[in-house]
Amino acid sequence: MTQDLYRRSDGAHPANLSPEYKSTPGRAPRQPAIVLPHTLSEITGPLLETERLDALENDLTKQRSGEPLGERIVVHGRVLDENGKAVPKAMVEIWQCNAAGRYHHPGDQHDAPLDPNFYGGGRVRADEDGRYQFITIKPGAYPWKNHHNAWRPAHIHFSLFGPAFATRLITQMYFPQDPLLAFDPIYNAVPAGARERLQAAFDMESTRPEWALAYKFDIVLRGRNATPLEN
Amino acid sequence: MPQVTPSQTIGPFYWGTVVKAYRADLAPPGVAGERLSVVLTLHDVQGAVVPDGLFEIWQANSHGRYNHPEDRRNLPLDAGFEGYGRASTFTDGSSTFTTVKPGRVPWPAGGMQAPHINVSIFARGLLNRVATRMYFDGDPANAEDPVLKMVDPARRPTLLAKKDGKGAWRLPIHLGGPNETVFFDI
Repeated sequence: MTQDLYRRSDGAHPANLSPEYKSTPGRAPRQPAIVLPHTLSEITGPLLETERLDALENDLTKQRSGEPLGERIVVHGRVLDENGKAVPKAMVEIWQCNAAGRYHHPGDQHDAPLDPNFYGGGRVRADEDGRYQFITIKPGAYPWKNHHNAWRPAHIHFSLFGPAFATRLITQMYFPQDPLLAFDPIYNAVPAGARERLQAAFDMESTRPEWALAYKFDIVLRGRNATPLEN
Repeated sequence: MPQVTPSQTIGPFYWGTVVKAYRADLAPPGVAGERLSVVLTLHDVQGAVVPDGLFEIWQANSHGRYNHPEDRRNLPLDAGFEGYGRASTFTDGSSTFTTVKPGRVPWPAGGMQAPHINVSIFARGLLNRVATRMYFDGDPANAEDPVLKMVDPARRPTLLAKKDGKGAWRLPIHLGGPNETVFFDI
């Protein structure tokens, strides 16, 4: 008997059509998605077990010849499921702009300097308890032309696979109490009561004296029903 | 209990990280099965190509076995074949994967599914991953596939890749508009 994954939670995710975010009307599907029973195709998924990671891939301050500019931070947390169980060995990928608010990407034309010592991409495999950690630079805010005087709050993009095709998640981590959150249509596309989960917590206990502040961001993927279900 | 983390868009600037993890060729030499070139093309609601999207694919091997501990059937695994691919869209909206034709996998209520490739789509302007399936036009197993049967016959062609003159399997994926692809809530 196969255990079902939890279905997608209704109140947790943004609607694809969220018109305040002006790119959505041109790209959001309008027809309702057809609910599929979970078969082997959905409950299996890439575990990326053969993916080789360099030792420094989770330290974004050590990927170039020198130290990047900006405020060094520790970002850490756990990858869990909705039952509070760790997702062991989960691959965690991140990407972000530099301290000035500029991505190392040819499409980013924001008038802010590139930092030759900051690439902005990192990966790590969580441990058996789902724990992960990155060392990075606090990303800057940047303007994005969605509406007059639109600025993205500082954020780090996170990509997770989890144990199944169905558990795939791409999200963004924000910083606590950022005043720009109130004006950001991407953050606010998530229902109130759920969007707050995207704010990391300032973590005094994990700060490293004389070296870096720390933020904690736990990521919760879909879990499994406690009772096995039959389709 | 902890509550699920909400989804956010991949945005336009993901390229920096995932370029290192690109996997457009799923089937190195020695992997069993019929070799295929699969070309997926992403279109927006107006039909224009999406040059800044990302496709991911997940499939069984040619024997119909997923490389995953949940698939406990006694079927061969192929060394070097994980079944996962990822590639961003090109300026023409397309991503090309080299792989093998997947075998059939079971349907929970009995019977078998037709060969298919599971597809995830990410893009700027898409706040959630959207998921669909690619089937092979003309495969006799399609007639008895339980998922295709769930789909309005008028929309089934949106899931059927067609072979082009050069032998590549092509599937345009429309995020919206009159030819909107059938997406699945998984």
